[in-house]
Amino acid sequence: MEERDFSFGMSEEQRTMKETVARLMKGLVANNAHDMDEKKEIPSDYVQKVWELGATISVIPEEFGGYGMEYSPVMNAIILEELAYGDMALAIAATTPSMFLYPILEMGTDEQKKKYIPPYCDAAFKPCTIAINEPRFRFDPVALETKAVKKGGSYVINGKKCFVPMAGDARHLLVAADLDGTSELFIVAAGNPGMKVGERERNLGLYALATYPVTFENCEVPAADRLGGDKGCNFDALLQKSRVALAAIGAGVSRASFEYARDYSKERVQFGEPIASRQSVAFMIAEMAYEVDAMRLMSLKAASTVEAGLDARRESYLAKLYAGDMTMKVTDFGVQVLGGHGYVRDHPVERFYRNGRGIAILEGMTTV
Amino acid sequence: MINLVTSEKMTQIRNSMNGMAKGMLRPIARKYDVNEHEYPKELDMFRSIKIMGGAKKKKTGEEPRKDDKPAPKKLGTNLSTVISIEEMCWGDAGLLLSLPNAGLGNAAIAAVATDEQMERFGNKWAAMAITEPGSGSDSGSITATAVLDGDEWVLNGEKIFVTCADRCDVVVVWATVDKKAGKSGIKSFIVEKDRPGFKLEKLEHKLGIRASDTGTFVLDNCRIPKDNLLGSAEVKTATEGFKGVMKTFDNTRPMVASMALGIARAALDFTREKLEESGIKLDYNRNPNNISSLEKEFYIMESNLEAMRLLTWRAAWMADNQEHNNLEASMSKAKAGRYGTLITQKCCELLGPLGYTQEYLAEKWMRDSKIMDIFEGTGQIQHLIVARNVLEFSSKQLK
Repeated sequence: MEERDFSFGMSEEQRTMKETVARLMKGLVANNAHDMDEKKEIPSDYVQKVWELGATISVIPEEFGGYGMEYSPVMNAIILEELAYGDMALAIAATTPSMFLYPILEMGTDEQKKKYIPPYCDAAFKPCTIAINEPRFRFDPVALETKAVKKGGSYVINGKKCFVPMAGDARHLLVAADLDGTSELFIVAAGNPGMKVGERERNLGLYALATYPVTFENCEVPAADRLGGDKGCNFDALLQKSRVALAAIGAGVSRASFEYARDYSKERVQFGEPIASRQSVAFMIAEMAYEVDAMRLMSLKAASTVEAGLDARRESYLAKLYAGDMTMKVTDFGVQVLGGHGYVRDHPVERFYRNGRGIAILEGMTTV
Repeated sequence: MINLVTSEKMTQIRNSMNGMAKGMLRPIARKYDVNEHEYPKELDMFRSIKIMGGAKKKKTGEEPRKDDKPAPKKLGTNLSTVISIEEMCWGDAGLLLSLPNAGLGNAAIAAVATDEQMERFGNKWAAMAITEPGSGSDSGSITATAVLDGDEWVLNGEKIFVTCADRCDVVVVWATVDKKAGKSGIKSFIVEKDRPGFKLEKLEHKLGIRASDTGTFVLDNCRIPKDNLLGSAEVKTATEGFKGVMKTFDNTRPMVASMALGIARAALDFTREKLEESGIKLDYNRNPNNISSLEKEFYIMESNLEAMRLLTWRAAWMADNQEHNNLEASMSKAKAGRYGTLITQKCCELLGPLGYTQEYLAEKWMRDSKIMDIFEGTGQIQHLIVARNVLEFSSKQLK
């Protein structure tokens, strides 16, 4: 493959997509994100409208029902940042099927691809999801406590999962479980008697996003539904993409907080002048500005590395670690710049702050 | 199309520069830290090698910002320069600043000299003298004066913190020809070292970059030919001339950011070496809260280093693509200046006794790094510039 030029500049296509997503999100949530958060619900037609952008299924080959366009992690990172800039809950909800479909497309057997991908390549959004997180102290996606054991022609899964987005409606789940010391993924259909979806969770942030605990008790899965068949899957590759996605989302939610605080600081007058005329405030704004850019550049660097087909373990790990820290710093500043007004829910900065905490924590919940 | 994977060409430059830094700068880094002010004669062989590429003369005005402009097929000068500088400073920052014929003054001459001036001074080692005892970040407030007397300018004043003060051949001196005109009255003059009335008063003893000779000049009725004024003598009502000089900072700030990058990376590489020697393997995989605090600190520093580099490369890339990069240049220096300082501090801490002894270079990197958050505009000035840009505030609205 011919080497691409090193470049910070967007292509026409990238910019058009970015603008399209920005326009759509502005129309959908600019005036509604607050209500979605308060009512703890994303209107289903919002998810449908984001789905209609076609970002998820466009890269799926035609034989499986997609449009067969070139898969670009960089483009997906651009899209995710823009979605999260609009609303992080909607961003995760609308891209949840990717977390189910992309790993199957990339690592599944032919039968798995044929069986599970086409039904979701539909004009209508149909929820399917992934279960990685576990409700425990010192959780680590590379050392899972949910266990799978081979038993005859099937695998038996036992363990507890949490933060499974849309599990209540999902028809299929990809479940991460430890199999003899390595992390593997299993396709579990809704209605499996060994799987129980609990009551919707109440979290620090992302109020609008429905997430659930899911319990597996001697949950039997046919051997054919182990992702990748007997060879298993490349769990590391999945984590890399998830980390890039979280970094991009971190940049998006941070930018939302930065811009809101920036504009507020110009309008808020105290002691006879805008608070932004004071260096103590202005320097916070400056720091927010370059940290948002740094987060974006790191997510794009990691996405570029994935796109080039190279191992992005280091880049994606650092990008996510950075975004986890810096999203907190930026969204914290966002609340601080508004002072008492930042603490009341009339302004969105407190929501950005709560949502932003998820970047460091919600591993494996989203992907590029 | 966005692609941030380091290209083969960039890797080549990195590797060859790193080889040079490793072979020629590292081995003498401690020697000239100890022997402050002694000329590093080993650097003579660099006289013909251009590392800090001087800004090219540009006749055309600025082009509007365009994101779609395809990247140049050839690697741009600014990007290749910051890559080179990072590697050289990984070797030794003080020595990089001591490279012959590569002073800031050379950059100024390259940017605005007439053909005749280029002929006379193009091959000289030129230092830059802006700062005065009472004029630091507020360079518009300088008080050194230049008065035209027949065919000669008569200069008076005191200039401090001049890099390469002892070793240079000529000094580009900033002085005002009309105090009432404010910034627009400020001009730059080329003063040869042997002019009567031009005296190197003293050399500073510094916290770091001791290999670099920083000095004070006194101008006492120093007479230079009329033709030694760089650029136009006309005092404009607007501050175009001054702004022009400020604009060169858009090119030099990413360079300073890359110096901070190089030093911080040196400290990190050394720390990594010691971590690995003690059996700790960095695998970039486990939850950062399930590993030792040493490892987590390391990862956080490395991620900040990556952020510094990307902000720096972006500013340089934009300059190569004729995009206005005033904001991005200051962002890169604000981030790199501060975090370079923090990283080198933290590495010393993590290294413990190995970080405090002069047996290793870690303590030196901590001292060297600090200047990167100070010269070419302090971190505070960079934050001011970034804030004014993003707030769209004038210098009156945000002082």
